[in-house]
Amino acid sequence: MLNQRNAIAKRTEFLNGLRAELPILLGVAPFGMIYGVLAVAAGLSPWDAQAMSAVVFAGSSQFMLVQLVSLGTPALIMLLTGFVINLRHALYSASIAQYTRPLSPLWKALLGYLLTDEAYVVAVLRYQDRQSSPYKHWYFLGAGFTLWTCWQLSTAAGIFLGAQVPAGWGLDFTLSLTFIALVVPAINDRPALFSALSAGATALLARDLPYKLGLLAAALVGILVGLWSERR
Amino acid sequence: MSAIWLVMVALGLLTYLTRLSFVLLLERWQPPELVRRALRYVPLAVLTAIILPDLLLVDGSLQLSLGNPRLLAGLAAILVAWRTKSALWSIGVGMALFLLLNGFLP
Repeated sequence: MLNQRNAIAKRTEFLNGLRAELPILLGVAPFGMIYGVLAVAAGLSPWDAQAMSAVVFAGSSQFMLVQLVSLGTPALIMLLTGFVINLRHALYSASIAQYTRPLSPLWKALLGYLLTDEAYVVAVLRYQDRQSSPYKHWYFLGAGFTLWTCWQLSTAAGIFLGAQVPAGWGLDFTLSLTFIALVVPAINDRPALFSALSAGATALLARDLPYKLGLLAAALVGILVGLWSERR
Repeated sequence: MSAIWLVMVALGLLTYLTRLSFVLLLERWQPPELVRRALRYVPLAVLTAIILPDLLLVDGSLQLSLGNPRLLAGLAAILVAWRTKSALWSIGVGMALFLLLNGFLP
């Protein structure tokens, strides 16, 4: 009886996570498709392009990578640039760690793989929710699994459709729209607003730094400005 | 294409370790209050740092004019996200406006 109730609670969390992630997919799917189109256009085989989405599973770095491939960039520079773009996940990892602490190593390994921008923001909202539940990691899994599935399928669609989706449409813009939908509702006080604006301004000013290091500089400035403005 | 495989596997591994890093490291260590407060700003700062250059830069130079479709569509999405808090509406309105301004919609 108790077991059955637990199973229902887990499934409810999973499905709620899945449902919370669904609206985000409207922005993620076009971006995944455009990645697939560009990857094939850059000379990757369909298999390579798809494998990248499963192995790297980080949209903005994959997008950058296929652009660098078509420019004939040396492998080490590609690796370094991709690594720096993805370093932000360490900050997500630090933020989510307080919640994943009681979980088994297998769960940590799984949720670590699913820790993307879009799943992180959705999952962390559930973790911060006052309503307590021992199964919030199932919500995270539901959100992460949904995003993962969408990313793989939209990559495949982009590879399949190829040149029928013109890169000139600028559909990569949907990544920014997705991030807007994630960030704006989270800006609910002055420190949050100042943090976001200062990070954005820093990213603009530091845009010419090599290997996308401007992104890290912007994250640091944004965090410091947020903390500083709490005291005002 | 073997170089791309090498980059893919290495980047995949590095990215996975990055994602797993603090989830494993913070198993025993409780971060101090200041660090926990700082982490609240992570997604705001990181994502805005990706959004703003994408809205404002065209081929690397600032385009603050209303003739910049990314800027207009982005501002519309920000407004809708702020008023409705709905991801579906803000992405949908931003996308429709972007396609419209680029002449892809009738």
